[in-house]
Amino acid sequence: MPAPPLSLLWVVPALPLAGFVVNGALALTRPTAKRAVSIVGVGTLVLAFAAAALAVAELARQHATAPLVFRYWEWLPVGDLQVAFALQLDQLAAVMILVVTGVGALIHVFSVGYMYDDPGYARYFAYLNLFVFFMLMLVLGASFPVMFVGWEGVGLCSYLLIGFWFNEQINADAGKKAFIVNRIGDFGFLVAMFLIFTHLGSLDFETVFTKAPAAFLPGGAAATAITLFLFLGCTGKSAQIPLYIWLPDAMQGPTPVSALIHAATMVTAGVYLVARCGVLFALSPLGSAVVAGIGALTALFAATIALKQWDIKRVLAYSTVSQLGYMFVGVGTGAYAAGMFHLVTHAFFKALLFLGSGSVIHAVHHALHATHTHEDAQDMRNMGGLARYMPWTAALMWIATLAIAGIPPFAGFFSKDEILGAAFAEAAVHPLWYAFWAMGIAAALLTAFYMTRLMLYTFHGPNRTGEHARDHLHEAPPVMTGPLVVLGLLTVTGGALNVPELFGGHAFLEHWLEPVTSVAQRLRPVVELASSTEWALVAGAVLVAALGIFGAFRLLKPEALVPARLAPPETGLARLLWKKWYVDELYDAIIVRPVMWLSREVLWKIVDARIVDGLLVNGTAAASRAVGWLGSRLQTGEVGVYVVLFVIGVLAVVGAAVR
Amino acid sequence: MLLGPSLAVSAVLFALGVAGVLLRRNAIVIFMCVELMLNAVNLTFVALAQQLGVAGQIFVFFVMAVAAAEAGVGLAIMLAIYRHRQTVNLQNINLLKG
Repeated sequence: MPAPPLSLLWVVPALPLAGFVVNGALALTRPTAKRAVSIVGVGTLVLAFAAAALAVAELARQHATAPLVFRYWEWLPVGDLQVAFALQLDQLAAVMILVVTGVGALIHVFSVGYMYDDPGYARYFAYLNLFVFFMLMLVLGASFPVMFVGWEGVGLCSYLLIGFWFNEQINADAGKKAFIVNRIGDFGFLVAMFLIFTHLGSLDFETVFTKAPAAFLPGGAAATAITLFLFLGCTGKSAQIPLYIWLPDAMQGPTPVSALIHAATMVTAGVYLVARCGVLFALSPLGSAVVAGIGALTALFAATIALKQWDIKRVLAYSTVSQLGYMFVGVGTGAYAAGMFHLVTHAFFKALLFLGSGSVIHAVHHALHATHTHEDAQDMRNMGGLARYMPWTAALMWIATLAIAGIPPFAGFFSKDEILGAAFAEAAVHPLWYAFWAMGIAAALLTAFYMTRLMLYTFHGPNRTGEHARDHLHEAPPVMTGPLVVLGLLTVTGGALNVPELFGGHAFLEHWLEPVTSVAQRLRPVVELASSTEWALVAGAVLVAALGIFGAFRLLKPEALVPARLAPPETGLARLLWKKWYVDELYDAIIVRPVMWLSREVLWKIVDARIVDGLLVNGTAAASRAVGWLGSRLQTGEVGVYVVLFVIGVLAVVGAAVR
Repeated sequence: MLLGPSLAVSAVLFALGVAGVLLRRNAIVIFMCVELMLNAVNLTFVALAQQLGVAGQIFVFFVMAVAAAEAGVGLAIMLAIYRHRQTVNLQNINLLKG
């Protein structure tokens, strides 16, 4: 057992769990006790963040080169399969728990303001705390099954929170969609676990990653199958092609949930999984190429859709899908530090964007509500000119926009640049990566464009909320702007976490993660670029981002927009993008409807109604009744018959005994 | 000592009892045939007790005690049936059927 203070690691996930239990009990018994709910909900998260920070400080002090594993009890001792309930702390998990508890705590604070008037306040915080607990289990688990518990748990909480306002059919449907699509990915995760167990006989991270380099042939079928199935899990959880479709619909949930679960933490679980299993992916060049390729494709594809969305949260949702694509390009290229770096900075600026949009929606919703107008509070065509009414939100969201566009010196610039640089460097060995790099650059251009579009339509130009509603627009309360300011500071300074040597930095995060990534890096060395090439790439990326912002300013006319209810329908390419390339319709036609038909016409009407109910259930009853009828024929009431049967029986028994 | 003839008589008595139970209709007669079977078994016990020890004879007392109790209960039932139905012919007593 390592140093005693660290064996208390279980406290970090236990705190949100306790918060869930208390808030859950309050939700059932005293849902109006909002003050207690706020204290418990936010307090446990702040304490968890403090505990996580202490644990990470202790980890840093110990300079541990191997993960610190703490076994608490035997969980699944089944034959050869021995799974202990164990948590593990290493440098990768350390980054994740700080992001989860830190950003999580800020979003909990924001929620106090955002959700205060909601009747389901206690239930909301119970779910949110439960989510943080499962997310911490996911990142702290020391084996695939423990991680899987967290993996499923966050999916459950995501479902519960997307359908939080379940009184409306569309919200409940969005929750179901997220859950079902995620199940497809989870199937991949499970198959990957089975394969790992068959080949290596263990599911503990430590054992698997130690044995893997010797057990698997580099580029062999086994490693490739495992990595591809793992990545199927990632495409579900992290919303990549072809399973990204649930994330935009997940925006039906409360906005802080979109910020916490569907932008900052849960959706990055796939990136974390690939980074965690870096050894396996390094052994499979094909698996890595698929990861990077799907990532690049998703980054570009989602960015095109974001160009033409009117719902402010949907723009951000597609932007999240796109940025997750970048992270997968990073980890698929083998640049795990770059991928994780983008994960962290993205958590900051995307949480800021979502909370900012929440603040905007909050204001517009109240203004529309106060004037009894039934307009869409999330449609950008009903906004405009909000910078005059909510200057803090506008300024902070501009910071986040510049960060996501990749303008120096904001956080997103460093992380995005590092991923693109790594992809370009890899292309020297595998020319395919030139395509991935080009897609990344194109996506960066679109990102800068659609984010500027969002800002222009929301905060600038004339206001379109309505004559009377306008007077009710106001800045959010401090409990909401406070977290925004903190996230804004992190967005500005987050890049300092990993300033590359090129800019005179020390690449802190990269060195910090070295104990985790070193094995994978040995199997698959990272290609270094000449510094002149790097400078050219940086200049190119900044130029592209600036071009996107400039283009948006030149091409878009916020003055010409009309409110949503007056807007003419889109035509041509714009309609294609607005309709999201008709992917939902395509899935509906080739998957959803055939499955529904099969369920209704075959499984229900034939298998269930005829075979199960008709043949098996009613058939068993009919058979018993028939046998009973036959038996009742023997009961004649004639004692003589009974005696004859009795004597025959005795003679038979005696005859059998004598012989 | 006379084991063979004793067992033969016992077998004949038992067979007569069985035949009576199977063939007769009157409940009283059937009842007497059952008693005949019991006494046939008693005779076997006594005959074999000469060689196998006293346990057989003790068994006879048990059988007689049980037969007496059975006669008491059985005759009471038959009396009750007769009061209801004015008959003890088993062919007419067949209400309890499936």
